Amino acid sequence: MRVSKRASGAIAVGAAFALVASGCSSDSESNEGGNSADGAITIHGVQPENPLVPANTTETGGGKVIDWMWTGLVEYPNDGSAPRNAVAESIETTDSKVFTIKIKQDTKFHDGTVVKAKNFVDAWNWAAYSPNGVQGASFFADIQGFDDVNKADPDGEGPQQAPEPTTDKMSGLKVVDDWTFEVTLEAPTAVWPTKLGYSAYVPLPDAFFTQKPEDFGRKPIGNGPVKFVSWEDNVLIKLTRFDDYTLRDKMKIKDVDVKLYQDESAAYSDLVSGNLDWVEQVPVSALAGDKWKQDLGDRAITTTTPITGIIAFPVYDKRYQDVRLRKAVSLSINRQEVVDKIFFGTRPPATSWANPLAPGTVDGNCTVCTYNPEEAKKLYAEAGGFEGEMVFYYNADSSHKEWMEAVAQQVKTTLGVEARAEGMPTFAVFRQAINAKQMKGPYRAAWQQDYPDVENWINPLYVTGGSSNDGGYSNPQVDALAKEAGAQADLAASHAKFAEAVKLIDADVPALPIYYYANQAGHSEKIKKLEVTAVGELDITSVEL
Amino acid sequence: MGRYLLRRLLQLVPVFIGTTFLIYWLVWSVPGDPFAGKCGERRCPEQYVAFMTEKYQLDQPVLVQYAHYMQNLFQGDFGETFSGRSVNDIIVAAYPNTLKLALVALAIEALIGITAGVLTGLRRNGFLDNLVLVSTLFLIALPVFVIGFVLQWLLGVQWGIVRPTVSSEMRLTELLVPGFVLGSASMAYVARLARTSIAENRRADYVRTAIAKGLPMRRVVGVHLLRNSLIPVVTLLGTDLGALMGGAIVTEGIFAVNGIGREVYRAIVTKESATVVSIVVVLVLVYLVMNLLVDLLYAALDPRIRYE
Repeated sequence: MRVSKRASGAIAVGAAFALVASGCSSDSESNEGGNSADGAITIHGVQPENPLVPANTTETGGGKVIDWMWTGLVEYPNDGSAPRNAVAESIETTDSKVFTIKIKQDTKFHDGTVVKAKNFVDAWNWAAYSPNGVQGASFFADIQGFDDVNKADPDGEGPQQAPEPTTDKMSGLKVVDDWTFEVTLEAPTAVWPTKLGYSAYVPLPDAFFTQKPEDFGRKPIGNGPVKFVSWEDNVLIKLTRFDDYTLRDKMKIKDVDVKLYQDESAAYSDLVSGNLDWVEQVPVSALAGDKWKQDLGDRAITTTTPITGIIAFPVYDKRYQDVRLRKAVSLSINRQEVVDKIFFGTRPPATSWANPLAPGTVDGNCTVCTYNPEEAKKLYAEAGGFEGEMVFYYNADSSHKEWMEAVAQQVKTTLGVEARAEGMPTFAVFRQAINAKQMKGPYRAAWQQDYPDVENWINPLYVTGGSSNDGGYSNPQVDALAKEAGAQADLAASHAKFAEAVKLIDADVPALPIYYYANQAGHSEKIKKLEVTAVGELDITSVEL
Repeated sequence: MGRYLLRRLLQLVPVFIGTTFLIYWLVWSVPGDPFAGKCGERRCPEQYVAFMTEKYQLDQPVLVQYAHYMQNLFQGDFGETFSGRSVNDIIVAAYPNTLKLALVALAIEALIGITAGVLTGLRRNGFLDNLVLVSTLFLIALPVFVIGFVLQWLLGVQWGIVRPTVSSEMRLTELLVPGFVLGSASMAYVARLARTSIAENRRADYVRTAIAKGLPMRRVVGVHLLRNSLIPVVTLLGTDLGALMGGAIVTEGIFAVNGIGREVYRAIVTKESATVVSIVVVLVLVYLVMNLLVDLLYAALDPRIRYE
């Protein structure tokens, strides 16, 4: 049969349309009715800043992949409860100073080699050794002999030549046999075993030490439920199930493609149109008026995450040294109004110093987190007012402008002080000013816990010389209590001591907790079941199609 | 012609050196220590900062850094990012994508723009003319990201006739919508320019002669009128390729295209001079070559133009 030219043209166009139309739904159709065992999902991701070396990754883009690819000595349950043993068979101590760690004998790295005690010890020594320039080196500072392998800059000012360490092995780490090693800490630390679930403490395979870390990080080998396949920059990280995984749950699906987006809105559009299976954070534009709930229906998930939005005082600035002034500022902020107006009620206002998701936190212990304009005005008058402008600083390369301006406006309205918010161009400039102690006003800070314990919310932030105590707050009583708390052999006793320390912090108001972060996530119709980890990431092993 | 070409090519050398140095110096002057913000809310270990500063020679004066960079550049090495990725790899991976998107945009803008311009230029003040005037005004007035988001939402999410974002295979059909968005503003200019040019030449003596000697209208418009009217349009289109590639950053973000825009933005924020300069250098070359091509095309369009 002959077809006229005109008619065949029309058919071709029709076919092209059908192709386009089916092209966007083929992803979901191809797996319909298929079981989870060989299922595949595509999820949202961000290009990792650095090659995937666990101790050298401190951002979430790469951190997420590392969390899936590695399993540490302990792991944190999704419900936020106390950590449980993973690779570790047992972690024993009598004095919280010397720990004997036994590991399970049947676990393997993705390249087939067996995970042994020395894989932990070598990895930790490598990360702590200062000439390696590792971002997460300070995580090992508890271990005896850290100061010998990690030499600081002698004058403490800028990048000067630091002296070469005398040794590259910490004296506190001792391999007993293939499955046992002994760790001696500098001082008793009850919370130390809790820290071990953080990604800096994972083991590294022998193959890591025979090549350049950058090369390893481009083709990482872990020991977790997910195995690395390939990584195309800015485009895709391909992962697959590790079939020899023997700890806890294996992955129920087979392949995971992490699509690397630049823009959250693009990922969200893909999710709504069925081209993507998981978005960890719905963009703000979709949160307004609960649009995302209409778009996603019961596939919209809200989770709380252990991150607190904080405004810190530069206590090193004379004008902020009066406690009454700091208290007045805190009491003049209506936190409920900020979260309702700026975040559409998706984030809860802060009521405690540590995030309530961290074990050991007493919820509601921030007495200055309430809105009390009368008391604020009274304290402000007692403090003798404030000279000049009170500028609230934030980094303008992220969306902090709205809530910082709202806070500044509330302080201005309540106290009558000349308050305003000002953005600094990038996070790097912002951090540099903070590091150099040059901030001239309260500034935005946020704290995400590294490991679930109240300790992680006190020692780094409010103890003298803490790694993130940038405001220079110092109270010898707090330091003493925190030290005592750390030295307790028992976690409950440690938490009780920290609660006492928090009471003193609450009276000093070195910072202003404003709100707790929450995650608004969404998944595709393809995913029938999933769980979210305690930090708001997708628990990859729980996904079922 | 040969000598003209040689002179033009030699001119590229100082322009090339001037632009690279200017960009290198500008990025270097961006305030902030590139490693201060690398460790989140925690101060980076000094050893890490010292290690990185030394590795990338950031403690050297800017001229020494630049000289070092140029030395490597002439050996074909574009340097590496702070995360240790080779910039050569980034260029090889990202440039074809941006170029592809820009070419699609250019094709769409030329096709729709010139067609609309010719049609309206021949029949001024008709319904079509008014329609094109209003719609081009609309396109010029709207920022690219608004057009981008609206089309993505409408076509991709609401009606579901296209994928909202471009997949990693970069199929041509997926690039139509992003290409349209990217070229939309220029398309409006092309249409208006072509319209004015056609309308002006429509009254020229040679057109009247052509009609008078009985040539069919198709030939009068297609050969005589169009060829003479296209000179300003070709200039616009030619120089636009560079602008489209450099300006694709917003469109690339909306449609998740793995192009140079994302890398340039990231590199500027993190103060990676080598990455910024390397990517922009290629962009500068595109500009220069396209300018040269446009100048040479004039002679083909208008035989009266000669190069000495």
